[in-house]
Amino acid sequence: MNKSLYDYLILLGDSPLILGHRLSELCGHGPNLETDIALSNIALDLFGQVRNWFQYAAEIHGEGKTEDDIAFLRYEHEYRNVILTEQPNKDFAWVIARQFYFDAWHYSLLTQLCESRDERISAIAAKSIKEVTYHRRFSSEWVKRLGDGTEESRARMENAIAHFAMYKGELFEETNVEKEMFASGTGADFKVLKAQFESFTNEVLNEAGLEIPQIDWTQRGGKHGVHSEHLGYILADLQYMQRAYPGMQW
Amino acid sequence: MVEKSMPEAEQRVREILATVKDPEIPVLTVEDMGIIRDIELDGQKVKVKITPTYSGCPAMDEIAADIRKALLAEGYEPEVVSLLSPPWSSLWISAEGRRKMEVYGIAAPLEEVADKRALMGEKRVVKCTHCGSMNTRLVSQFGSTACKALFQCNDCLEPFDYFKCI
Repeated sequence: MNKSLYDYLILLGDSPLILGHRLSELCGHGPNLETDIALSNIALDLFGQVRNWFQYAAEIHGEGKTEDDIAFLRYEHEYRNVILTEQPNKDFAWVIARQFYFDAWHYSLLTQLCESRDERISAIAAKSIKEVTYHRRFSSEWVKRLGDGTEESRARMENAIAHFAMYKGELFEETNVEKEMFASGTGADFKVLKAQFESFTNEVLNEAGLEIPQIDWTQRGGKHGVHSEHLGYILADLQYMQRAYPGMQW
Repeated sequence: MVEKSMPEAEQRVREILATVKDPEIPVLTVEDMGIIRDIELDGQKVKVKITPTYSGCPAMDEIAADIRKALLAEGYEPEVVSLLSPPWSSLWISAEGRRKMEVYGIAAPLEEVADKRALMGEKRVVKCTHCGSMNTRLVSQFGSTACKALFQCNDCLEPFDYFKCI
């Protein structure tokens, strides 16, 4: 098995998996019908993309491993999602701020992966980016609408943007596997990724009339399997069925 | 698109596939949607290559099962394979598909530039499927299924779906 490629695919799949789970918690609990449906649709797109990454990972792994084994039967320290994605839903501004940072990063990452030398990766990225274009538009428009809205919405949006700023540094910390993948033409250039992220998010925040958070440190660990306490609860929920009834199928 | 030069055997398979409907938009067949990318025939063995509209579209598994079932019923040994590349585009929906979609009450996708304007709320370019008015507004970029946005007509006030351009 090509372990580096397998590990890389897990890195690519875990962040949308965990964020998708967070968003799915809002299904039926959104602030209104339209945003509820939108967030559930985004979750669905993310899960579809995760299936593509994990199906490929399962093939690379071999030995009968399936996409479901990867999603449902790993332990907490084996998940490689960035810590941003596991942060809980508080209010709508929090959901939007988390999504905004994620989408800005996801969009730039996938743009680069469309040019990956690995044809399967470029195919999945080309498919995903069409969907993520809509996600990024959705979250950035809400940042603008809330930032430029009432005193209350503006205060909440600014607070959420400032809060999640401490998680964004991890998005640009390159693991050894990502370095190796970039060197071989399979992965992304993190310098470009960071530059595109900064330029897009600054532009939207300026338009929203929100302060751009200045922060020179970051929460980190998720990409190495060291998570915040929130992930354990997510996995308890996500994996309950497979742990309670091993091998159960629909 | 059915071409005249198509061998009779493949024509037959196409006819069977034309009976398989999209479970989310049941007036459209899988051919209308443009998700059939290729057919390989070897005696009774037939390999159908399909491509998902959206990555997470829950209808895809059902569509693959329906295709298998339809071909099995006609004595074929079907295999359905999913292709990711090139990614599906709303441009692949046939003219007939677009017509049926409009009659069903879903506004068909515009070309990319107009679609962006429509979804950014910049221009009124989506026609109401109820009264034909162009005086419509975007309610939400995300609608009842992954592939649709929700619109409302400012004249007749009815809501309607718009099939997004991807």
